[in-house]
Amino acid sequence: MADEGRRVGIATEAASGALRPGILSGRRRLPVAGLATLPFFVYATAFLFVPAFSVMVGAFQDKADHATFSNIRLLFHHPYIDAYWGSIRISLITAALGCVIGLFVAYAAIRDGTPRWIRSTLTTFSGVAANFGGIPLAFAFIATLGPLGVVTTWLRSRGWDITYQTPHFQISSERGIEVAYMYFQLPLMILVIAPAIDGLKREWREAAANLGAKQWQFWRHIGIPVLMPSFLGAFILLFGNAFAAYATAYSLDNGINIIPILIGDYYTGNVLNNPHIAQALAFGMFVVLAVMMVLYIPLQRRAARWAR
Amino acid sequence: MKRPRMSPSAYVWLLLAAVYFILPLYSTLDFSLKENKAGTPCCTLHNYGWVIHNGDFWHTIKISFILALETIVISLALFVPTIYLVHLRFPKLRPVLAFMALVPFVVPPIVMVVGLLKTFKWTPNWYFGTPWGFLATAYVILAFPYMYFSLDAGFRAIDVHTLTEASQNLGARWTTTLFRVILPNIRAAALAASFLTLAIVMGEFTIANLAAFHTFPIFLQYVNESQGFPAGALTLLSFLITWAAMLSLLLVGRKRGARGAIVPATR
Repeated sequence: MADEGRRVGIATEAASGALRPGILSGRRRLPVAGLATLPFFVYATAFLFVPAFSVMVGAFQDKADHATFSNIRLLFHHPYIDAYWGSIRISLITAALGCVIGLFVAYAAIRDGTPRWIRSTLTTFSGVAANFGGIPLAFAFIATLGPLGVVTTWLRSRGWDITYQTPHFQISSERGIEVAYMYFQLPLMILVIAPAIDGLKREWREAAANLGAKQWQFWRHIGIPVLMPSFLGAFILLFGNAFAAYATAYSLDNGINIIPILIGDYYTGNVLNNPHIAQALAFGMFVVLAVMMVLYIPLQRRAARWAR
Repeated sequence: MKRPRMSPSAYVWLLLAAVYFILPLYSTLDFSLKENKAGTPCCTLHNYGWVIHNGDFWHTIKISFILALETIVISLALFVPTIYLVHLRFPKLRPVLAFMALVPFVVPPIVMVVGLLKTFKWTPNWYFGTPWGFLATAYVILAFPYMYFSLDAGFRAIDVHTLTEASQNLGARWTTTLFRVILPNIRAAALAASFLTLAIVMGEFTIANLAAFHTFPIFLQYVNESQGFPAGALTLLSFLITWAAMLSLLLVGRKRGARGAIVPATR
């Protein structure tokens, strides 16, 4: 999609350059053009790059601003390392479930035979629900699965008390947070994978069938290989989405040991007395997400090949 | 040609998804209609009255709304001319902008706020201590990926070169070209980006909480902790704001890439 646009852009430009050379090369007409993009780059530097850089520097400083590795070393000890595992566990589980379930739901909505209105309703809803999140989402799940929640009280009236019989499953637990995260993971997956499923052309399926391929052979040799880059790319997006989430977890259980909550505690409750530890924690998140991004970009390129 | 029947497995998946998506919304509605006291099971609008007569509600929602408008104005002023010029004169910078739109994935709000608090600690109180300064500048960065993908798609859909040349040939100045020729043509994209930004700012919790500003989501969390049933009404209202913003976005045009930013920002 992006590639196509770029090619069209270049073609347009080459065309107008060829036809009217005077305008494109006419720097005299617009001497300050370069300067006009400057405010944007200055802004991005001041409010994005400099702060991000300062986190990296701060992670390697002690209280007196001397260089040190002690903060980073601390990240590999209790309770910080557990918080990283907690964050990674929640992100992996919700990304995996989100990808698999989201794929099936999206495919169910798109495949032949499903009425069109279901598809358009689902994508519209996903567009909205992917932007739900944070505090209102947490409350919606407290109202559903919390101690006084609608589902909880209904189950209790049938003789199944979640609070006592399955104490490890409560909305203010790791499992519960995962259930709530799925509310934005699934829509995101549906939005991301729908164009890729559209890319599976009906002609391919017909061609495969004409050549005698069975259903499973079509998926084994065509469907899955074509969807795979988009699927893995979506997995990374969902992982990062859950990994960086703060508000939902904070509202459901502000005692859970995950990295965003630990960072938040420093600023809202002064649990830590060394700001550089918060910066080191943030730096650790940055490193994990940067690795994800490095994996994501080539997958995205590969996926774009079929999305035309 | 015979229309294929809907497959049974598709039914099951879609039904499960529908239950999962609708149940929390229904529960919130159910909560919002309950009386705070035991005994009167259903249904009362008491909680909605509580919201309407709450001074803090009006105060915080006003702050968040003005903040959203401020963010939209700064973002458009900053991004529209830049993206326009990049399309017109510096196409080589397009990958640079696209890369910068990915950076917020690697630097999510929780990391960004740590850096911002450290970097701007020394600034005067009119900036560091007010939402109009500190928060607004941070939210412009949050809005950037959404704004970029939407505006970029908008500019791609029009012929920037021809429009600019035609305008110039007729003797228009740069300001005239930008405001009277280019802007009306990318209006749908700019509006879509603005609605997304509105939804983001009205729901943003992470930065506001760590920087200790009292915006609408902060008030919502405070009510969640202290009174369950009014929180239901308030939550529903908050969902409604997001719905309204996102549906307006769809109404102004289903432009490709209008919601192309890769990760929502209000987690």
